Amino acid sequence: MSAALLDRRDVVARLLADRRDLLVVSGLGSATYDCAAAGDDPRNFYLWGAMGGTAALALGLALAQPTKPVLGITGDGDLLMGLGTLTTIGAQAPANLSIIVLDNEVYGETGEQPTATAHGTDLTAVARACRLNAVDEVADMAGVEALAARLHAGDGPLFANIKIAPGNPEKVLPARDGAYLRDRFRGAVLGDAA
Amino acid sequence: MTLTHPSALPATDPNDWRDAVYELFRASAIRQVVYVPDAGHTRLIDRCHADPDMHAVVLSTEEEGVAHLAGAWLGGDRGVMLMQSSGVGNCVNMFSLLAACRLPFVTLVTMRGEWGEFNPWQVQMGRTTPDILKISGLTVHRVDDPADVAETVDSALRIAFDGSQGVAVLLSQRLIGRKDFTAED
Ligand SMILES: Cc1ncc(C[n+]2csc(CCOP(=O)(O)OP(=O)(O)O)c2C)c(N)n1
Repeated sequence: MSAALLDRRDVVARLLADRRDLLVVSGLGSATYDCAAAGDDPRNFYLWGAMGGTAALALGLALAQPTKPVLGITGDGDLLMGLGTLTTIGAQAPANLSIIVLDNEVYGETGEQPTATAHGTDLTAVARACRLNAVDEVADMAGVEALAARLHAGDGPLFANIKIAPGNPEKVLPARDGAYLRDRFRGAVLGDAA
Repeated sequence: MTLTHPSALPATDPNDWRDAVYELFRASAIRQVVYVPDAGHTRLIDRCHADPDMHAVVLSTEEEGVAHLAGAWLGGDRGVMLMQSSGVGNCVNMFSLLAACRLPFVTLVTMRGEWGEFNPWQVQMGRTTPDILKISGLTVHRVDDPADVAETVDSALRIAFDGSQGVAVLLSQRLIGRKDFTAED
């Protein structure tokens, strides 16, 4: 592993900088704060709970909105809790879906207890075995740059594991009323049909 | 949006409640049907898979289905989850998503462990399923008579999608028929 691990806020800011019509689902805890820090948007659906559900929620959304790129972005702990969902995504193979893991190798929110990725679980290999188009582990900002473009390429299901530095940056808290987040998301995506 | 009725599908049997439920799904614009299989759902699952207007999605665990259908709804799709009573136990924490976001949700649950059950491992979830659903905030409809199934599912779909509520329809073991462990299949 290279000496300088990526900063999670830099990574997410870059992924969302030129988001165009990207729909975003963020996993509980840090991924949600990172997306809020990158700039609130009605097309962000922030999870504050439902641990293990980010990838599945993004899949249902991707199937419902096949012409829009959908990104599920989450922590390694959240993905591990719903690891079986990678098999579901592989079987459905939606071209517009991307799953990105911000892998700090710990359950950061709850006191930095190591996750299985700290002990060598290779999420990129798992995703490949589930037939997702997994890019090689991203370790520098050039890789993040390339990944940001891939989100819009429509050649998914895309998967990327990004090793990020440990540590919890200052929390940036978006709205947490789920019914509000639901309504504004549907309004932004569906317009009058919502 | 207009739907084309797929012609290559098996013909609907008016006496088969599973076909009636399928026709109701079509009439109610159900686009995503997610499931962990139960033998009692077989015909309905097959019909959903054969329908080009529906995504029929097999899950690795039922809790996935709760999150999946939340995403579907955020994207404008109506969905339904099919599962057996054991699967309800797998959903409990994910049901908090329905409450937190006040989402519509419909599940058809085939009951095991409640009527002439041969397998004692099914009995616990058979006994606790209705209460778990209720304390998780879902409205529970139960059906024992095949003649009542379509009407009950219709009610569930209306409560859910007209009023953003969670509804479970329990298809009783008497209705489904108890699983015969001595038969060849
Ligand atoms: C079902 C469930 N179990 C445990 C928790 C407690 N919990 C909240 S966040 C979290 C860790 C999330 O880890 P990860 O996805 O890796 O994100 P990080 O905080 O490291 O960025 C845990 C275990 C929870 N919210 N829900």
